[in-house]
Amino acid sequence: MPELNYAEAVNAALRRALAEWPETLLYGEDVAKPGGVFGVTRRLYREFGERVFDTPISESAIIGSAVGAAMMGRRPIVEIMWVDFTLVGLDQVINQAANVRYVSQGALTAPLTIRTQQGAVPGSCAQHSQSLEALFAHVPGIRVALPSTPQDAYDVLLSAIACDDPTVVIEARALYNGPRENVELDGPIAAVGGSRHRHRGEDITVLTWGAQTHNVVAAAAELDAEQIGLDVIEAVWLNPFDTPAVLDSVARTGRLMVVHEANVTGGFGAEVLARVAESGISLRSPACRVGLPDLRVPAAPGLSSAVLPSASSVAAAARTIIGSESVPWNAAGQYYDAR
Amino acid sequence: MTSLAELEELCRIRIFEEQVRELALEREVIGSVHLCIGQEAIPVGVCAALEPRDALFATYRGHGWALARGVPPEELFAELLGRATGTNGGRGGSAYLSSARHGFYGENSIVAGSAPIAVGAALAAKFDGSGRVSVVCVGDGALNQGAMHEAMNFASAFALPIVFVCENNLYSELTPIAAMVADPELWHRAAAYAMPGVRVDGNDVDAVRAAARDAVQRARSGGGPSLIEAMTERLAGHYIGDVEQYRPAGEVDRAREREPIGRLTSQLVASGVAPQHCEAASQRAAATIERARAAALHAPAADVSLVREHLYA
Ligand SMILES: Cc1ncc(C[n+]2csc(CCOP(=O)(O)OP(=O)(O)O)c2C)c(N)n1
Repeated sequence: MPELNYAEAVNAALRRALAEWPETLLYGEDVAKPGGVFGVTRRLYREFGERVFDTPISESAIIGSAVGAAMMGRRPIVEIMWVDFTLVGLDQVINQAANVRYVSQGALTAPLTIRTQQGAVPGSCAQHSQSLEALFAHVPGIRVALPSTPQDAYDVLLSAIACDDPTVVIEARALYNGPRENVELDGPIAAVGGSRHRHRGEDITVLTWGAQTHNVVAAAAELDAEQIGLDVIEAVWLNPFDTPAVLDSVARTGRLMVVHEANVTGGFGAEVLARVAESGISLRSPACRVGLPDLRVPAAPGLSSAVLPSASSVAAAARTIIGSESVPWNAAGQYYDAR
Repeated sequence: MTSLAELEELCRIRIFEEQVRELALEREVIGSVHLCIGQEAIPVGVCAALEPRDALFATYRGHGWALARGVPPEELFAELLGRATGTNGGRGGSAYLSSARHGFYGENSIVAGSAPIAVGAALAAKFDGSGRVSVVCVGDGALNQGAMHEAMNFASAFALPIVFVCENNLYSELTPIAAMVADPELWHRAAAYAMPGVRVDGNDVDAVRAAARDAVQRARSGGGPSLIEAMTERLAGHYIGDVEQYRPAGEVDRAREREPIGRLTSQLVASGVAPQHCEAASQRAAATIERARAAALHAPAADVSLVREHLYA
């Protein structure tokens, strides 16, 4: 098994898709000759020629053309360089791609994959730091995934490409150049969906995804020493979402925390809390969300690190939950201050 | 028309940008930064045609525009360094800063995102009787955005007082513009909107200033929008850290022969200005920028306790 970092794993998945499925196309801004601004698509243009190409800076045309090409039997994989730029082409995602199958009673389909990346890293401006997964997960007809390891980056992307629905795969910029790990490249292609159990514990179920997974796992390791057991589940897919995995865990721990980098209000964490509430499982402590307070992300590293979730703010929230049977929902003090 | 003051202005921007590059390599400035080294004549020429009441909108490559509009370099350094004294207290950073009191309505990090907004500033002028002209600067790649088409059509349909400035540095990030359009003469597009379009040498302050004066005057007097395509080349990467493998060998060296500072210096000398006066202008610029940088480095960090402020009224 080769050792690959996250970006290299994405590259390997794209290579396999282009090699195995002649109907795939790969395009977007700077993806072909330059090999992508993050180097993720390196060498694919050289290997696959005109099926890999650079486009004008035209997100509506990139996504919209993928919808049309997909309706005609191609399997386009398009890169939108930053998730923030999907907003420029959002009509094509939500009004167009998501409707193709439903309104045609399945006569038409739009099997396209939008690859993008998100998250705040120090010094990026407020228009380049958002976490928008809830926006896509809100829309029926769109599949959404956020891998956080090289193996998942590889597997999830192939599942997305093989899937006959429009799929948004949100990668994490902060992880592209992370550590290399062994990545199994020849495995079967999994159906979409699924979650991962990242740490075992009996005290609090912590559901997370994307780059925050690493903070949560670090917090879990830290809290082991204090006899606080986090049961960490990573939702690799938000649609379809693995509700049973969360309910199984919450039934054991009786406590729930959701950690995401997106703003708290209307984030997908709210959906998870709702599903647990609707399940009727009673909790021993109030459920809690840790996320970005409802703010724009400031550019100065000192400001953004003060408001983004971190391993220590996750650990602090967990201690608060354990320490009290009646914490207010915003006890850890890092969420929305209601006005 | 050329003057030593303009040379000093070009040098201030150039030296500011070189210092920013140094600060980024020293990890004092964190995050992605887009320099305008080589493109300085465009902001200097355009801003020379503007009045304080006019509204300027720029892109993430906007430090030069801010400086040319009169934003103090110390405040700009401070913003890039995440200091409390920055133009926006460290919230905007390099790519999304503004200074309304200088008529600088902000950078934008979404390609072409500023164009419809600038149209709105012109729309407001039509109703507020301020005589304000709105100017938006975008790159060549931005002309391929739908928002650009919508903005130009909207402005032209209503004869709004706006000038569209395209800084054509021949690349959209890492991809040559020529590979992404069938007609690389972008100024031709003005005809589709029934507005005047011109292509000028964007490394020549005189040429830029003249075109901008015409366009601003037309806008101010009710003649509606126009498009100026200013040809230039960047002497730096798209962002700091860009290794520029996509640029053909020798291209940047050839561009250096045409860059605006050397060019204005020769023009001044040819018109009888003593070379030592040019040298002195450059030294004054260096001293100003050096003082500004030192002051910004001594300023306090952005105040975390204020991070939730300014979200709502
Ligand atoms: C809507 C949108 N798409 C893509 C990007 C990523 N991006 C940032 S700069 C850039 C290139 C812009 O080229 P151009 O308009 O020619 O301006 P230049 O950088 O050359 O000044 C791209 C594609 C973005 N910021 N916004």
